[in-house]
Formats: sequence, structure tokens, C-alpha cells
Amino acid sequence: MKILVCVTSVPDTTTKIAFTDNNTKLNKAGVTFITGPYDDYALARAVELKEKTGATITVLNVGEADSEPVIRKCLAIGADDAIRINAEPTDAYFVAEQIAAIAKENSYDLILMGRESIDYNGGQVHGIVGEMLGIPSISPVMLLDLDGDTAKITREIEGGKESLEAKLPLVLGCQEPIAEWKIPNMRGIMTARTKPLKVVEPTGTDKLTTVASYELPAPRGAVKMIPADSAETLIQLLHTEAKVI
Amino acid sequence: MSVLIFAELDEGKIKKSSQEAIFYGTKVAEMTGTSATAVIIGPADDAELASAGRFGATKVLHAADAKLTEPNGMAYATVVAAAAQQEGSKVIVLAKSSLADAMTARLAGKLKAGLAANVIELPNLSNGFQVKSSIYTGKAFAYNDLKADVKILAIKKNTITPEEEDATASVEAFAPILNDADFVISVKNTEKSSGDILLPEADLVVSAGRGLKGPENWGIVEDLAKALHAATACSKPVSDLDWRPHSEHVGQTGIKISPNLYIACGISGAIQHLAGVNSSKVIVVINKDADAPFFKSADYGIVGDVFDILPRLTKAVQAL
Ligand SMILES: Cc1cc2nc3c(=O)[nH]c(=O)nc-3n(C[C@H](O)[C@H](O)[C@H](O)COP(=O)(O)OP(=O)(O)OC[C@H]3O[C@@H](n4cnc5c(N)ncnc54)[C@H](O)[C@@H]3O)c2cc1C
Repeated sequence: MKILVCVTSVPDTTTKIAFTDNNTKLNKAGVTFITGPYDDYALARAVELKEKTGATITVLNVGEADSEPVIRKCLAIGADDAIRINAEPTDAYFVAEQIAAIAKENSYDLILMGRESIDYNGGQVHGIVGEMLGIPSISPVMLLDLDGDTAKITREIEGGKESLEAKLPLVLGCQEPIAEWKIPNMRGIMTARTKPLKVVEPTGTDKLTTVASYELPAPRGAVKMIPADSAETLIQLLHTEAKVI
Repeated sequence: MSVLIFAELDEGKIKKSSQEAIFYGTKVAEMTGTSATAVIIGPADDAELASAGRFGATKVLHAADAKLTEPNGMAYATVVAAAAQQEGSKVIVLAKSSLADAMTARLAGKLKAGLAANVIELPNLSNGFQVKSSIYTGKAFAYNDLKADVKILAIKKNTITPEEEDATASVEAFAPILNDADFVISVKNTEKSSGDILLPEADLVVSAGRGLKGPENWGIVEDLAKALHAATACSKPVSDLDWRPHSEHVGQTGIKISPNLYIACGISGAIQHLAGVNSSKVIVVINKDADAPFFKSADYGIVGDVFDILPRLTKAVQAL
């Protein structure tokens, strides 16, 4: 069985976001880049499936050279080889096109990725890839088990969850609690250095969307503290001042 | 040529976030000199369908094929793509939701559409087609230039307040050819907490964290939520510990919400939690620790014990 895990390289979740060049670029100074937290779930489940079924895992990133540390970490966690498509991943359709092109060459049984990236929060790439390949896509996936070529899946829906079955090949957008995040061990880190990481140039170049500029939200006004012994006034203030109840 | 709005149903009723999407789509239609058509999928009565007119749609295409009774993003994308083709729509508007996400992605793939998710303002058409969206989980905004021939806008909830008018939309049956391939995923079981207010749709949310000490104490949270007609939510450790279902977990790795009021009880306000709730209009924080980081992001705060404060707030709401 062949699994493709697609990962993003994103600013660490605690990063204070700032922009440079007249608000046209992310200020990368001092920012630690990590694997997208949802992608970490996808990779962790792939590693568990590899342990059970002997599957091979290829990790794929659409990104520039500075995402290689993130790719190496995925190799250290258990992916067998890696592909980096050398392009800036700003447009969901463009990223999906790159993934679909690789998938067409290599017929994977499972294509796993996070349910969304935590930078642009589009949550669209898995579905577009599924459409391009003509195979089903399911997201957000909370549980995944395989029974031969049938996947048993639990998906989150608004206010609940849904159990599904579908035949491989599939594209899945993953989230917790599909697996526990894995931390690379020393042996993994050592072997990751020698695992193949292939860099390929992108195909299909038109981006359907581009970001003209960025902006930060206006700061919230100062907090109005209400003494605990008159907590009830909060309800009056929400009613008459904030007018939300 | 019209602006097409995908309006989603919940138990036969147009969802509130879809009413917002219809109104948004109608505004875009006015800006571009066209009309607004809504496509609605699944069982609903004619009066409900025609009510799309209250928010500005002039026409509703109703796809009621029995195969479409279960929400299915892939089949819904086939329907919406066919509707866009019939109407010659170059702009498609919908409210961001779990079902809409699955549908939108397949649709963008079918139509080679430029897509903006989490849109929070009407487009600027002065120089091309630009929309503002929320990115980095609410920590920043992007101004996106949509260059493709077909544009899809997935609107964040609470972006626009619909003005209602006394009008009805004409309703037309819509029966596009469905693809067998869109029905290969079989749904075995659905678990839904019924009767509750859906968290992503809620205007008011009462949320609690590890400060509640255990699931047996959630009664005081639910009582306040019930008095306010609010939905309940929780922090990540609370759902990780199985005190509450995962569908209530808000934050960076959970659901992102933007209600009018978010009341956080016994939640520290870690940056990952804030990321999912920071676009709430008004934030109230109740925490016994005066140094809890959440107070820095709150509009109103009470330093106090939730076990004392919450029941008193519930009484005060009931007395309103
Ligand atoms: C990659 C990543 C992603 C994450 N994603 C999320 C996410 O999506 N959502 C999320 O919530 N977290 C997320 N987290 C976890 C986050 O960092 C915090 O650990 C979490 O939000 C803390 O939850 P809490 O405030 O309920 O618990 P705690 O941090 O334990 O805080 C409990 C609070 O309750 C207060 N308290 C205790 N008793 C009382 C009382 N009787 N009355 C009043 N106040 C009381 C305490 O003073 C304290 O401030 C993520 C973490 C990581 C690393």
C-alpha cells in the first residue's frame, strides 16, 4: 500500500503575526516554522498504518527551500521519502494541481493531509485534489481504519459525527483524534538525513488568486472589570451597553 | 447571468448563516448589475424555499432528488456546478460550514474557480475583484485578488447583517444529471445532538475550560446557556479528556466561531484557544486568576469562582 501525506510548513501556533514590505509579505524574522498541526495528525496516522500494514509513506510539500527542515522532520517521524514542489503555496487550486500531478504518476491508495492549513485556513486542497483525480474526498476525518481496500471513517459534522465507508483510493483531510502526534526519536533523526528528498519544479503556473496585501486586526478596547460581588451587573451591561442579549 | 448562492438547509430550514450568504450575494448582484439566484438542495417546503426572497434572492432552484436527502459534498458540488452553468453564474456565494467546505472544494475543482474562504466584507470592484478574508486563524486579514473567470466566496458567519424585506422568491424545480461516482461513500451512522443550538450557527456561546474541574459540573454552564438561548463550547483539554464532545471544541485546532457574544468560564486564554474565538464581537471572561491571559483579550471580565458566579448570572438573565 502506498500513502501520500501532504504537509504544509506554517508559522508556529504561538507566533505573533506581523508583515513587512508595506504589508505585502509575512515577516519571517524570528518565526519558527512547523508542520501544520492538522498535517501532523495525518502523518501520525500514516505511520501507524505503516506499522500495521507495511505501507510506504511519501511526504509531499509544495513550498520553497525554507520548508525543508519541516520535511526532514516528517522523514524522521517515519515517512520513507519526500517530494518538494519548488513553489510558494499561496493558492489552493495551484497547490492541488501540484499534488494531483504527483498522484497521477504514482497511484497512491491513500492521500492524507490536514483538514486545513493554519495560515490561509482554506480547507479546500483535499477536495480539489479529489476532484482532479476523480476519487472521493472526505473531511474532517477523526477516525480511520482499513479493512482490505475499504476505509472505515468517522467524520465530524456540525453538532455531531458520521460513520462512513468508502473504497480506496481516497483523499482525506484529517484532524484529531485520528492519532497521537509523533515526536521523532534520535534514530529517526539520523536516518532522515539519508532518506531521499526530491525537488521538482511546479507544473501549471497560473494562480487563480493572489494576495495584494495583508492587515492586522485593530486591537480590542480595554477590558471593563466587574467586581465579583456585583457580577449580576454584567448581564445589565450586556443588555444595555453591548446590546448583545 | 446571475450571482448564485448555495443556501444550506438544517432540518428543512434555511440556515441563518445561509440567510446571511443570500443577503451578501444579493448585494454583490446589485454591485454587478445582475440578480441573485439561490440553489437549495434537499427536502424543504415551498414557503421556506420562497423565503429566500426575504433576503434578496429573486429565484430559487430546488434540487429535491431523493438521492440528495443526505448531505453529500460531492453530489452537492455536481448540483451547484450545474446550477452555475444554467444561470451563467461567474460569482458563487455560500456560508462557510462543514458541509459547504466539502462542497466548495469539489466545486472549485470542477469549475477551476478562484476561491476565497472566510470572506468578511463585500468585494471591492474598483480594480478587478478583491475580497478581504480572515487568515492565520483570525490573527490577520488578507486582501485577495480573484483572477479566475469563476469566483467562489465562502463567507464567514456574522460578516453581514441581513436586512429583510417582504418579498418571496420564485421556486423552480431543478433536476440536474447526478454522477454515480458522487454516491460511492456510504453513510453508516449519524450521531447528532438534537434540539441543541448548533455551535457554528450560534449568536451567543457560553464556553468552559478545565476550571470546571469535571464533566459533572457542566450543569451550571448549560443553565446559563439555556437562559441565554446560547450554544455551549469548550477548550481543547476538555474535549481531549472526553468531558465534552469534540464538536464543542473551539480554537486553533477546533471549530472557529464568530458569535456576537462569547462567555469564557474557567479558560486560561492560551493563544491557541483565542485563535478560534478572537473574532467574536464581545468577549466576557470569568476566571479566578486575575492574571489569566484571557483578560487581555476580553471586553468584560470578572475575577471570581465560576461555581459562585455562573448560577448568579443565570438568575440575572432569567430576571431580565
Ligand atoms: C498546536 C496546539 C493547538 C492547540 N489548539 C487548541 C484549541 O484549538 N483550543 C484550545 O482551547 N486549546 C488548544 N490548545 C491548548 C492550549 O494551549 C491550552 O492548553 C488550553 O486552551 C487550555 O485550556 P483551559 O484554559 O481550559 O485549561 P487551563 O490552562 O488548565 O486553564 C484553566 C483556567 O481555569 C481557571 N480556573 C480554575 N478553577 C477555576 C474556578 N473555580 N473559577 C474560575 N476559574 C477557574 C484557571 O485560573 C485557569 O486560567 C492547543 C495547543 C497546541 C500546542
